[in-house]
Amino acid sequence: MRALTWHGNGDVRVDTVPDPEIINPRDAVIRVTSTAICGSDLHLYDGVIPGMKQGDILGHQFMGVVEDVGAKSTLKVGQRVVVPFTISCGRCFFCEQQQFSACDNGNPVENQDASEKLYGHAMGGAFGYSHLTGGYPGGQAEYVRVPYSDVGPIVVPDGLDDEQVLFLSDILPTGWMAAENADITPGDTVAVWGCGPVGLFCVQSAVLMGAAQVIAIDHHPHRLELAARFGAKTINFDETHVGEALMEMTGGIGPDAVIDAVGMEAHGWAPDNVLDVVKQKIGMGADRGHALRQALLAVRKGGRVSIPGVYGGMLDKWPLGAMMEKGLELRSGQTHVQRYTQDLLRRIEEGEIDTTFLISHRLSLEEAPTGYKNFRDKQNEWTKVVLRPN
Amino acid sequence: MSTEQISDDAPLRTRRDDKSGDLAFVGRSVTINRPRAELFAYWRDFQNLPMFMENVEKMEFTGSDRAVWTIKAPVGTKVEIETEITEVVEDSSISWRSTEGSQIKTEGRVSFTDAPGDRGTIVSADIGYTPPAGDLGRAVAKLFMAEPNIQARHELKRFKMLMETGEITTPINHR
Repeated sequence: MRALTWHGNGDVRVDTVPDPEIINPRDAVIRVTSTAICGSDLHLYDGVIPGMKQGDILGHQFMGVVEDVGAKSTLKVGQRVVVPFTISCGRCFFCEQQQFSACDNGNPVENQDASEKLYGHAMGGAFGYSHLTGGYPGGQAEYVRVPYSDVGPIVVPDGLDDEQVLFLSDILPTGWMAAENADITPGDTVAVWGCGPVGLFCVQSAVLMGAAQVIAIDHHPHRLELAARFGAKTINFDETHVGEALMEMTGGIGPDAVIDAVGMEAHGWAPDNVLDVVKQKIGMGADRGHALRQALLAVRKGGRVSIPGVYGGMLDKWPLGAMMEKGLELRSGQTHVQRYTQDLLRRIEEGEIDTTFLISHRLSLEEAPTGYKNFRDKQNEWTKVVLRPN
Repeated sequence: MSTEQISDDAPLRTRRDDKSGDLAFVGRSVTINRPRAELFAYWRDFQNLPMFMENVEKMEFTGSDRAVWTIKAPVGTKVEIETEITEVVEDSSISWRSTEGSQIKTEGRVSFTDAPGDRGTIVSADIGYTPPAGDLGRAVAKLFMAEPNIQARHELKRFKMLMETGEITTPINHR
């Protein structure tokens, strides 16, 4: 089959690789019909996530048609399914608590050692990402093997297009969980850093959860426009002092909740970020956290901080004093996708949530390397890339 | 197993000095979301052990409670150990030690206790061993990922996967 493979910084290629087979009883093999490039794939493309190997097949947002099933799969050949990016067994303590991304069993044993050392506990498994999360071949390919297919994939009702449901695999539940983590009550002001796909779903979710005012922060005019479509007010950080603006737009109180949908590759020329860029390049620091620092200073006293943005390692100049003295609550984590898929599918079916607005480009699998390049370098226009492998 | 006085409640395997006599102690605990009796019964049937002990190349009974284990060691070498069961406490623990004249001196115990909060069973392994060629050998073995501590951790996690999910997960896409 053909698959998008990682070869190094800024180097992804479409290669011919062997087709996947059923290995374990609960496996299924999916013929991929749609798969998206994620902002977190750009962290791999930029080489800022450790644990990548040449030839790794990328892709963790995908859907398709069931091609083959193992003896214990509950799927049937021919069903259309969306597959969560988190590989979760459904049987361990964490899965039973619906903390699916913390699954004890989804990450192969040998691959648990690195994150156990780095984070104190082994991470769960995920498709098409670093070997820290299992090194599983991903979905930017013609076919993909899906472990625990009796737990993760959701069957898509007839009448819904791929583009309406594809993002149930990751970014829609991620935006939704981030808004849930912000603990929004009616009347709140919620500020969202980053108007990429996750940030835009945060905006949409926060509005649905009753926020009186959502303020979206970015520097790409088109991305800010997309946020405004859902009723968000906007701040362009190239033109405006973000902290001052947030105070003035909230009557001197500050946002009740802040959401960092930027993560480890914050942009801009603020002094702390320039230093972070240098540290990241020479391997002294893993993360660039300018957006998060700004959010911690902007949020009101006793406010909530939600972090869906991806971080991988150590960050310094963390405003711990602001956290303690203002009494902030902080929640984060990889998305517990399986917890949200059924509810969000219903909201899509009922027309409450629109997922198609952010797709700017539809490419064949062969064109995927171009998709990566432009999604990184032309962020204003390239807001989301969907690949069609079959 | 050591009976030395220690000043806290932590398991011997977590002590800064993990040696007891001429044995170094390693091990690990995992919590498995299954009933204690089921886990004990699976482990007690030693024929099952190679299912999750990938370093065990072969196991042959030499008596009702004696067996010879061929274990993969660093740099492509192999080690043979003959063990005898020294104590079995039904649904609770299994202890073993190497027999006289075995290539490596070892002793160990796997214990099964109910986890608090209805979380299943805590399975703990304590393994005492003489590091191959002393401390240097231990460092070399660690380098090649075949140190007993790493093996024990991996094997217990595989046991957990098998018991909780019925399979051992892998990123490999081909047989």
